[in-house]
Amino acid sequence: MFHYNKDADNIVTITMDMQGRSANVLNDEFGTLFRDTLSKLEADKANIAGIIITSAKSTFLAGADLDHLYTLTDPKAIFDMCETLKAGFRKLETIGKPVVAALNGAALGGGYELALSCHRRIALNNPKAQFGLPEVGLGLLPGGGGVIRLSRMLGLQNSLPFLTEGKRLKPADALKSGLIDELANTPEEMMEKAKTWIKANPKAINPWDDKAFKIPGGDPRNPKVAQMLPIVPAMTRKKTYGNYPAVEAIIATAVEGALVDFDTACRIESRYFTSLATGKVSKNMITAFWYNLNSINAGGSRPKGVPPQTTKKLGVLGAGMMGSGIAYVSAISGIEVVLKDATVEKAEFGKSYSEKLLKKRVQQGKMTQEKMNEVLNRITATDDANAVAGCDLIIEAVFEDRQIKATVTKESEAVMDATGVYASNTSTLPITGLAEASVRPDKFIGIHFFSPVDKMPLVEIIMGEKTSDETLAKAFDYVKQIKKTPIVVNDSRGFYTSRVFATYVLEGISMLGEGQHPRYIESCGLKAGMPVGPLALTDEVSLSLMAHIRKQTELDFAAEGKPLPHHPAYAVSQQLLDRNRPGKAAGAGFYEYPKDGGKKYLWPELTTLFPQKEQLPQQEVIDRMIYIQSIETVRCVEEGVLRNVADANIGSIFGWGFAPFNGGTLQYVNSVGLDAFVKRAEELAAKYGERFSPPALLKEMAAKGETFK
Amino acid sequence: MSEAFIFDAIRTPRGRGKKNGSLHEVTPVNLVAGLLNALTERNGLDSKEVEDVILGCVTPVADQGGNIAKTAALHAGWDYSVSGFQLNRFCASGLEAVNLAAAKVRSGWNDLVVAGGVESMSRVSMGMDGGPWFLDPSVNSKSDFVPQGISADLIATIEGFSREDCDKYSLRSQQRAAAAKAAGYFKNSVVPVKDINGLIVLDEDEYNRPDTTLEGLMSLAPSFQMMGEMGFDAVALQKYPFLTEINHIHTPGNSSGIVDGAAVVLIGSKEKGDALGLKPRARIKMAAHTSTEPTIMLTGPGPASLLALKKAGMTINDIDLVEMNEAFASAVLRLQRDINCPDEKLNVNGGAIALGHPLGATGAMILGTALDELERTGKATALITLCVGGGMGVTTIIERI
Repeated sequence: MFHYNKDADNIVTITMDMQGRSANVLNDEFGTLFRDTLSKLEADKANIAGIIITSAKSTFLAGADLDHLYTLTDPKAIFDMCETLKAGFRKLETIGKPVVAALNGAALGGGYELALSCHRRIALNNPKAQFGLPEVGLGLLPGGGGVIRLSRMLGLQNSLPFLTEGKRLKPADALKSGLIDELANTPEEMMEKAKTWIKANPKAINPWDDKAFKIPGGDPRNPKVAQMLPIVPAMTRKKTYGNYPAVEAIIATAVEGALVDFDTACRIESRYFTSLATGKVSKNMITAFWYNLNSINAGGSRPKGVPPQTTKKLGVLGAGMMGSGIAYVSAISGIEVVLKDATVEKAEFGKSYSEKLLKKRVQQGKMTQEKMNEVLNRITATDDANAVAGCDLIIEAVFEDRQIKATVTKESEAVMDATGVYASNTSTLPITGLAEASVRPDKFIGIHFFSPVDKMPLVEIIMGEKTSDETLAKAFDYVKQIKKTPIVVNDSRGFYTSRVFATYVLEGISMLGEGQHPRYIESCGLKAGMPVGPLALTDEVSLSLMAHIRKQTELDFAAEGKPLPHHPAYAVSQQLLDRNRPGKAAGAGFYEYPKDGGKKYLWPELTTLFPQKEQLPQQEVIDRMIYIQSIETVRCVEEGVLRNVADANIGSIFGWGFAPFNGGTLQYVNSVGLDAFVKRAEELAAKYGERFSPPALLKEMAAKGETFK
Repeated sequence: MSEAFIFDAIRTPRGRGKKNGSLHEVTPVNLVAGLLNALTERNGLDSKEVEDVILGCVTPVADQGGNIAKTAALHAGWDYSVSGFQLNRFCASGLEAVNLAAAKVRSGWNDLVVAGGVESMSRVSMGMDGGPWFLDPSVNSKSDFVPQGISADLIATIEGFSREDCDKYSLRSQQRAAAAKAAGYFKNSVVPVKDINGLIVLDEDEYNRPDTTLEGLMSLAPSFQMMGEMGFDAVALQKYPFLTEINHIHTPGNSSGIVDGAAVVLIGSKEKGDALGLKPRARIKMAAHTSTEPTIMLTGPGPASLLALKKAGMTINDIDLVEMNEAFASAVLRLQRDINCPDEKLNVNGGAIALGHPLGATGAMILGTALDELERTGKATALITLCVGGGMGVTTIIERI
């Protein structure tokens, strides 16, 4: 309910307190409460000096209820919903009395839009509070007047970054940027300031309701703005490749809105909102970044009934790139770390990586020197295998060699905490095989980090055949402890991420072999929404490492009496390796890497080595790159490697940057439609090979009209 | 010489040209792009068959600036091979675009052209493009500049048209427009304006007032009296020294309405039409333009129409319908007198007084209205004409096939 309290000064405080919920949310119930409150205010207007809107929850008002929006597909219904919400906000804004938003906690999205339709925003200086309009992250725009009000409040140039990047600001930053007007240190002070402002501003209106209003910095007809305007879509395209309609719609709304009156502008905003809400991209992004991510964060892949576990002392074996990164992210999260390598020098070198990153934070003013020392002191660099005594978790990050891994497993298990968990950071070797070296395979698990560890948000947890639920819970809780996103998969060669990621680069390499122009392949990869083209990515990973993995796989297959499935990319890679071009580290791969540090460029001989044929249409190239990843993901589902859809989608986006607007590898199949996807996959299989054949599971699901949920 | 045929003529509805008008939120480029796409859809036409898009626009700045014709073709997703340009013959721009397209087709230089016009008067207001005619004092003075409202009042004064004559004419325009709208005469040519979601923004003309009465019209205050008294009357009177005073009879009720809208006409040769399976609806038989004394300004349609008739070897008796843009009531009454046109042939479905005058688009719009009416009534010929700033007049004669 909304509490309605009038004080002796005739100032009404509306306290939003929706029942049965931890937060106030914009939904049908809110609509009813808000409308009733407006009627009450309207009726009581003659006896009101001003209005304060605040909340009884720890946050002010969360955004719109996505459950409802997600199900809507009829543009008229969405447009009308948007217009109704706005009409309410507009009525409050023009009620003729000063209205203050007393922001006791976070106001994001629709919550901040309500605050924008007040005349003053006074926020409690609550370190947990965030303010902003993050809708763009879900492929939407703020449809409650947010684009129109913020662009009129801050001006086009200053508002666009908040709108197109969806920044969330802490109170102090929000104050500095003008998103809020005043800060208060206590709830009492906040209310006091609100009342003082109301008394001082009895005739308050928002600037855009003043006849003399001019948009700060000028409207698009202002020569200064007009000079800047032509490059704005180009700057966007540089980042989005035209794949993110929300960014374009936000810019269009702000600019078109600035050319017309406030009410017309709001209607334009509703139209663009509707186009986004009915579009595939928002449905994809809401699936991944709202439903899937929430499910993961709520422990959807964590075994139920196992009590929460905190990792206190972590042993990291191997102080290379990965080990050093793991030590850093763990120490900064408050975990004591033993970083062990063959020599003290190597271990110390690994620790110096943390020092480097921490120093940068201190220089940027993000951390104090004292805190930095505290974090560094948590890391013990050592060459002593016994130093991991007392560790409740060990992560091994030594060279990808079964023998070496087996040795360190035995060494560590001998001294570590008897109830502790032992994990391998392998990216390729099946966990079940590695666990054979362990005396307690139920406490053996894969925790697969991505490089660079401090930047990459995902961690892939791999269950061996014998791994217990308690062990999984421990690993899961550790990943949350270091503030990363865990996905959980079952054991398989390459697990999930490495396996599917490889299909993308191999497809690109195959096309080079077929005579597609290398630049074209790279451009199509970027246009497909991948962060890096397949050839550049291969160079980063290195062709020699890929060949090494392939050989290992071939041997493993041979041991099982099976031949390695043919892939046309192998022959192409071999040609590069034969010419001593193993990748970036060697300064030569698909690209040339000038020794003077100049910009890399595609090796000109590629087109001689692989004679050019007729170029495929761009969509065909893109489909090959994207379909192959989704098809391989479905195979992972079919084989039981993937345990749920959320892990598949988030794993693909956070793990290797699968085109986020597609919502993840499985959501992409949903968005195409399973029938259509099967049909297209069959077409591709006929033209390019069996690897595109739709898995039986997919055909079954299509026949039953199912989707990946 | 080959002939120029009209294959199709469509338009947007006309929205009130104010911020509360339904089309205010729609950019002019979108008004045109919507029509271009409707044109290809209605006619099963591949845009690459069209060689040029010629659009009239009178205030070609801001949202309408920078060659709106080519921009609209791009925005509509038309083939890159389609050219486009914008022209300005003031109020007759839309009709001039049609005439130029027809001339190019008849000469054999083009085979298929889209001609029309656009004006979003709520977004780009009249005069925003400036210009020396009225802003450069030496030019203004030398050309005896007065605004068109003064010119319209000057015509009424000279011709002896009373306030009542003009208001009666306007009432008839309202009645005829209302009847035509109610009977659905505009339906075939009006393409609803939709938003990016396909939701309808406006699907019929919204400016007209079917409940207009003569008393209501007669009660409106004259629009141009004050500026006349401030000086413009003096300029007119010095040019017409036999007059004692200007009779200010024009009001918002008997002048054209300020509205937003666009129109396009598909024009091509017989051969091109045959090749594409397009059915010719009418031929553009003749076009003419002339110019008259610029202070009285709005008297061009008479001589332009007589010239067109003469060149076509026709007389007014050979014309079934006359469509004269209702810029001001007196200008229409003057044209009627100049060419001796009976009431029953003139603006039979109303005009801009009731429906509005989106400057650059109107010529193409009323050409389409005339063609629809010929088809509806089984008649053969129509004469379309507009009065134009600077004293000009433009006329087109079409003949139904």
